[in-house]
Amino acid sequence: MSSTTPLLDVSGLTKHFPIKGGFPIKRTVGAVQAVDGLDFQVAEGESLGLVGESGCGKSTTGRLITRLLEPTGGRITYRGQDITHAGRKQLAPIRSEIQMIFQDPYASLNPRQTVGKIISGPMEINGINPPGGHEKRVRELLETVGLNPEHYNRFPHEFSGGQRQRIGVARALALEPKLIVADEPVSALDVSIQAQVVNLLQQVQKDLGIAFVFIAHDLAIVRHFSQRVAVMYLGKIVEIADRDDLYNNPRHPYTRALLSAVPEATVDEEPRERIRLTGDVPSPINPPSGCRFRTRCWKATEKCATEAPPLVEAAGNKPGHLTACHYPETTDTVPAPRLSKDGLTKNPEAAA
Amino acid sequence: MTPATPSPAAPLEVTDKDSAASAKPGAPKGSESRSPGRLAWTRFKRDRTGVISAFVVIFFFAVGILAPLIAKVYGKDPYTTYGMNTPGLLNEFNFPVKPNGGISSDFWFGIEPQLGRDVFTFLLYGIRNSLLIAAVAALLTTLLGVVIGITAGYLGGKTDYLVGRVIDILLAFPQTLFFIAFWPVVMAIFVSSEENTPVWLTVTSLILVMTAFGWASIARLLRGEVLALREREFVEAAKVTGASPARIIFKELLPNLWTPILIQSTLLLPTYVTAEAGLAFVGVGLTDPTPDWGVMIQNGAKYYQDDITFMLFPGLSMVIFVVAFNLLGDSVRDALDPKTKR
Repeated sequence: MSSTTPLLDVSGLTKHFPIKGGFPIKRTVGAVQAVDGLDFQVAEGESLGLVGESGCGKSTTGRLITRLLEPTGGRITYRGQDITHAGRKQLAPIRSEIQMIFQDPYASLNPRQTVGKIISGPMEINGINPPGGHEKRVRELLETVGLNPEHYNRFPHEFSGGQRQRIGVARALALEPKLIVADEPVSALDVSIQAQVVNLLQQVQKDLGIAFVFIAHDLAIVRHFSQRVAVMYLGKIVEIADRDDLYNNPRHPYTRALLSAVPEATVDEEPRERIRLTGDVPSPINPPSGCRFRTRCWKATEKCATEAPPLVEAAGNKPGHLTACHYPETTDTVPAPRLSKDGLTKNPEAAA
Repeated sequence: MTPATPSPAAPLEVTDKDSAASAKPGAPKGSESRSPGRLAWTRFKRDRTGVISAFVVIFFFAVGILAPLIAKVYGKDPYTTYGMNTPGLLNEFNFPVKPNGGISSDFWFGIEPQLGRDVFTFLLYGIRNSLLIAAVAALLTTLLGVVIGITAGYLGGKTDYLVGRVIDILLAFPQTLFFIAFWPVVMAIFVSSEENTPVWLTVTSLILVMTAFGWASIARLLRGEVLALREREFVEAAKVTGASPARIIFKELLPNLWTPILIQSTLLLPTYVTAEAGLAFVGVGLTDPTPDWGVMIQNGAKYYQDDITFMLFPGLSMVIFVVAFNLLGDSVRDALDPKTKR
């Protein structure tokens, strides 16, 4: 990390969704701890990948950064300005700099508006009048994202999923943002289109120097797209590192398990040892004490249950590589052969 | 976008074409793009029942609007008691001399017993008054229902709860009974018993009362629609760009709600026509010297054992109008929502 202030600084970010219950008077009986104490920074022009399995709080994080959700605790700082609890009026100048690309291209475009209206809407709201008028700028943007400028007057239902996602990208670019939060921008698309859209985003990032928070559950795409990667588990970041460092030298057992689950395309090589995690992700309503991964970890000890591991630079890590584990993995550790066999004997149908 | 003019014919004619042009303020510019509204218009044009009933409905509105003109060309008015003024039209029992209610080349739909008024012009003005009241009431109801429903749905929370309970109470209320029981009381507040109730007061209070009881169902429907829509990602996208709640409601949500609004309001108008006539029939609302569908049916009911003609004209015209309007409403719904199959 550079010593200058990062573009986006998130510290201790927490979001708990209250659970209401009781009769006849409703009261809060519990909380879904969707996001619990996140710390990370995004530098200018950098792309941070956010990975983790479903329900681990990735999307909530994205919505907290864009302030679609109100954080329960922690601080979000954009260019040194605290925006954690800023209202709509206070956020107005920052709105144009943080934009979002949504997951579902079929729900993120208003079916009753033309493409021109959808893309020029953000400019209207923020009172931006580009030289040559809105229409000219929209046509430019359509060209940037690889669509025909003549599609200006068309409606979203006339486009395919990939094209719709390009429209979503154009809308996000309309305000010339400094940071784009991309919430699983390609998971709703089929694989051939995924590559196109990811390449488009990469092109955009390179050409315009936009920082990205790239939320995904597909490790290959994150590896392709992001310079730094953060791995989330049950509302916490378990490991954050530079891309190559993380993929080549995962220190957290969960990261290792996640990476071992990526299917291999090669046939000749000896197959990798696959780590099979047993059990389900615990409920975020009542997360396990101490380390949240301990219920599924093959190395869990008494210490893991009592003491939550801090996100620190573990011994032997490169600078900037932070791991939240009491017993970090090392390169030469054979990834858990014991559990692997256990898993096989426990789940014969999974092995078959 | 909103049907702006409160004239009786406006809501229908405007909305029909409006839905086609709604998302297309500028011309298509020669591009092949077709808005959802335009697609619906194409579907509607193919629906023969819908087109025919649209013409019938337009005909009724035209007759209502042009009533004074037609009456002038025809040379009669609904208030003059021709039968009493001109000897030879009514017999000694004050019934028309000629058969079928005294239909003749002078009096196309015959003349009324007792007073001897001209049935044709009376019907014209009756249609005019009934449609005016129903159209204004339907318009106000829709407006109120849309505003309250969308607000409650978008804001949610306590507002939603409060509005929801008010709607529950209104929907559980026996409206007709309430009208009949309280109409004299309300009128007595405004007008002393010696004076005649002015017509404008009757009309205004009718419209207001029908609106006050009618908005609840539309509001409830729209609230549900908004609850579903506001979770969609395009609303979040608008929020991320800093859109105000007003902009989100009017620019993002409302265009997606035209379909239920249009359907509800086209089905509301015939209901109001019959409701208003029903009230007039039981003696609440417009009363005799003022021409009205319900008043005519009430008069016709006095004589139908001797001569059914006086019942026939207002009754038949009303049935035709209501059936046509309901069919039109169905066709509009089918055109706007291609997924519903009958």
